[in-house]
Amino acid sequence: MQNIPAIRFENITKRFGNKVVANKHVTMDIQKGEIMALLGENGSGKTTLMNMLSGIYRQDEGVIYINGEEAHINSPRDAYDLGVGMIHQHFKLVDVFTAIENIALGMDKKESGGTKEITEKVKAICDKYGFDVDPKKKVYNMTVSEKQTLEIVKTLFRGANMLILDEPTAVLTPQETDKLFAVMRNMKADGKSIIIITHKLNEVLAISDRVAILRKGEYIGTVLTAEASVQSLTDMMVGEKVELDIERPDLEYKEKKLSVSHLSCRDKYGVTVLDDVSFDAYGGEILGIAGISGSGQKQLLEAIAGLQKTEKGSSIIYYDNSNHVETELTGLSVSEIKKMGVTLAFVPEDRLGMGLVGSMGMTGNMMLRSYKMGHSPFTDRNTPRDLAVKVKDELEVVTPGIATPVRKLSGGNVQKVLVGREIALEPSVMMAAYAVRGLDINTSYTIYRLLNDQKKKGTAVIYVGEDLDVLLALCDRILVLCDGKVNGIVDGRTATKEEVGLMMTHLADDASAVPHESAQEQSDASVQDAQAETIQETKEEGEK
Amino acid sequence: MISMSVHTSEQLQRISSEAEMGNGQRPGSGQKKSGRRNQKDPLFHIVKRTDIPMWKSLLIRAGALIAALVVCAVIIVVITGEDPFEMYKHMFNGSFKTPKKFWGMLQEMAILLCISLAVTPAFKMRFWNIGAEGQVLMGGLGALMAMKLLGDDGLRLPNAVVLPMTIITAILFGALWAVVPAIFKAQWNTNETLFTLMMNYIAIQIVRYIQIVWSGGSTALRPINGTGSDPSYAGWLRLPAQIDPSFTGSVVVPSSSGYLLNILIVAALTVMVFLYMRYTKQGYELSVVGESENTARYGGISVKKVIIRTMLISGVLCGIAGLLIVAGTDHIINDGSAKGYGYTAIIVSWLAKFNPFYMVLTTFLVIFLKQGASELSTRTSGVITDDFSNILIAIIILFIIGCEFFINYQIKVRARQQKSKEAAES
Repeated sequence: MQNIPAIRFENITKRFGNKVVANKHVTMDIQKGEIMALLGENGSGKTTLMNMLSGIYRQDEGVIYINGEEAHINSPRDAYDLGVGMIHQHFKLVDVFTAIENIALGMDKKESGGTKEITEKVKAICDKYGFDVDPKKKVYNMTVSEKQTLEIVKTLFRGANMLILDEPTAVLTPQETDKLFAVMRNMKADGKSIIIITHKLNEVLAISDRVAILRKGEYIGTVLTAEASVQSLTDMMVGEKVELDIERPDLEYKEKKLSVSHLSCRDKYGVTVLDDVSFDAYGGEILGIAGISGSGQKQLLEAIAGLQKTEKGSSIIYYDNSNHVETELTGLSVSEIKKMGVTLAFVPEDRLGMGLVGSMGMTGNMMLRSYKMGHSPFTDRNTPRDLAVKVKDELEVVTPGIATPVRKLSGGNVQKVLVGREIALEPSVMMAAYAVRGLDINTSYTIYRLLNDQKKKGTAVIYVGEDLDVLLALCDRILVLCDGKVNGIVDGRTATKEEVGLMMTHLADDASAVPHESAQEQSDASVQDAQAETIQETKEEGEK
Repeated sequence: MISMSVHTSEQLQRISSEAEMGNGQRPGSGQKKSGRRNQKDPLFHIVKRTDIPMWKSLLIRAGALIAALVVCAVIIVVITGEDPFEMYKHMFNGSFKTPKKFWGMLQEMAILLCISLAVTPAFKMRFWNIGAEGQVLMGGLGALMAMKLLGDDGLRLPNAVVLPMTIITAILFGALWAVVPAIFKAQWNTNETLFTLMMNYIAIQIVRYIQIVWSGGSTALRPINGTGSDPSYAGWLRLPAQIDPSFTGSVVVPSSSGYLLNILIVAALTVMVFLYMRYTKQGYELSVVGESENTARYGGISVKKVIIRTMLISGVLCGIAGLLIVAGTDHIINDGSAKGYGYTAIIVSWLAKFNPFYMVLTTFLVIFLKQGASELSTRTSGVITDDFSNILIAIIILFIIGCEFFINYQIKVRARQQKSKEAAES
């Protein structure tokens, strides 16, 4: 019995259309009571492979064995019946239902029993593995981490012995990640098999027992985590040696480009999402914005871009240093800002829903920023087409052609199209939100390089990120948002991950744990006085 | 235990697949191993296609048409006992037997195409305007009011005044009916589908009211400005009979209009709408708004402005359609003047994927079937009624729409899969 793997893929091949081979003769095992990390770049076929295991796709060739028996998984229901559960990146929960209602959803009453039985069973699961679920809490009141916990409990409730976690840590703070890893270890101890898909190699090393690597749809091999390192895994994944250090050039000359003061915003329900935010952004530096998701990052960038209504008293001043003009940006629309001669580049979080037009090709998307030029009622298609070709060549966008709808491109290529277009604006302020979310190592490093290029050109770069390792390696300063407020600005060269993680979750006035040295270090660092003042102010406000 | 529960869900799938495909003739089903597999694997899988060559999609469409005709033939034979080929001949004759029928078809096509063009920009913008019916009626009413009030029954102004006024009021009325829901949508985000639908009912009632008031209660309406001892034909949209080949009568100044002018106007509109949608800045803006309002705002496009402007264009085109119906052909109006084309146009536009040139083809398809159906019911004198013809039309359209599934998806039958699997094993 010991030798029968929980899951065995044998010779699995999956094609999309005639050209794309997503998985090619993949053969691999996952043992019982094992955490296996599945690694691979974008488009390497990780998700496709897991989707076949969870019944969303059907393999063209090959057999999946579960506990040694040939399994025919034709629907997610079949997968559940076989004990396979997948926790997707995008949670599949009903917002207006409670935790218990979501768990009961879609289950036969005969199998699951009534609310009382479910609640008891859920409690038992929580106690066993160390989850924390409030059964009566509605999903819309939950944090991302709570929702994820609920998804996992739901899957366990349905009797899953094999869990697939698709990038579970992408949306979690370091502390939440630790919590998740703790329950994963408990589940493993209970004999459950866990497959975790992630791009974060540190986490792979921290949690997994073995690592399976896919490259371009092919299975490359499995290594014991104990024998692997970040560098060795990356090399296997990419197929060649990769330089893993993020560059952070030190620039002497910095000039103020943007001054945000007392910026407040409300969402459509009237809830304050940004509360009296003040900071300056300088040309020649990358200002990182850290915070758990939904702390106001989106509104902050959109307010600067002219997409978000601001409250009275808010001010965003743009400094045009060559002409010595100061422009107040609040209250202006996107096109008005553009008319004032302010070039803001903005890479929004929702790439296809905001930054790009999914159904259009690269040319059509390049036009989004330029189509208004000229007085003719007709659009100029040649300039954007040339730009599309240029972006395609320079950023090595993989696409069948510049007319192919960008929706059909892979995530990394979509992002390259978007970033390429924004950089072509030659912006004086460049904002990027979660610019590497879901991107593989190579593309991520391309994006970091492009941001650094902008920094060197004297652009003020504002980078909203979720991976603290990256923020700490890339950014000159990091502004930490907590609950819509500025909870401090730290120096990216000296701050630690734990420090920033704590600032993300605890406002300065209710947690004395926030280290005060950060402000000290700030004033020591080679930043201008004005900058230090901002921090001091924020600190004082926070403490009062 | 596990295999039991798998079985139940698979059974369902197998039942559905076997019902369609017929079972039990696969090679190798006698072998023990594959016999076991047969019990578990569904017979076919549906796989999404990434792309399909042009010829293949044309072939699928042609196949769908032939299949539709075969199914219709079977139904004709079973239900009526008539010769299906005779029936199809009648249907063909409905549009092509005489020059008059041919011109009639082109005229109907012109009207339907015009309304289809009208709804296209709005639908491309994902503004679900199902109010074309009302907008066309109002356009027609505008034309009629100008003709009536300024023409023979009213101020007796010369045609040089009446005709431009007819055109202007028709366009204004159509535009008004379209822009009201657009403003509400832009300002207060009202539901445009309900709003435009309600506007249809209002338009229909207004037309009924005016019809009753002006006809003095009688239902038989005389063509406006076209009867009496010395009709002025003021506001009539037509070319001189000498250069319009669609006049089939021998009269030099006929009491009916020719169809050529309508057809020419719509042909020009087709090209214009195509250019507008594809090559203008406004056309670009409305595509972006349709794709994502957030992207539009991000790109500095005023979503409100685009919604109102695009619906204005829709309304103008609907107004023109109303003008073509009232001033171009009917010279009267009633609540059925738009013939339900305001709704049919949505199908036409959608089937053509919002491409005005493809719309010529889809319009042809719809009108050809419609004309054929009405010919069929007159020729067979009661054996096949209008309703039966409509069933045939519905079947044909269902097949044509349904074949899109086979263009987007591929059916993979297991027998073939198994062979390749076995080949790989050996």
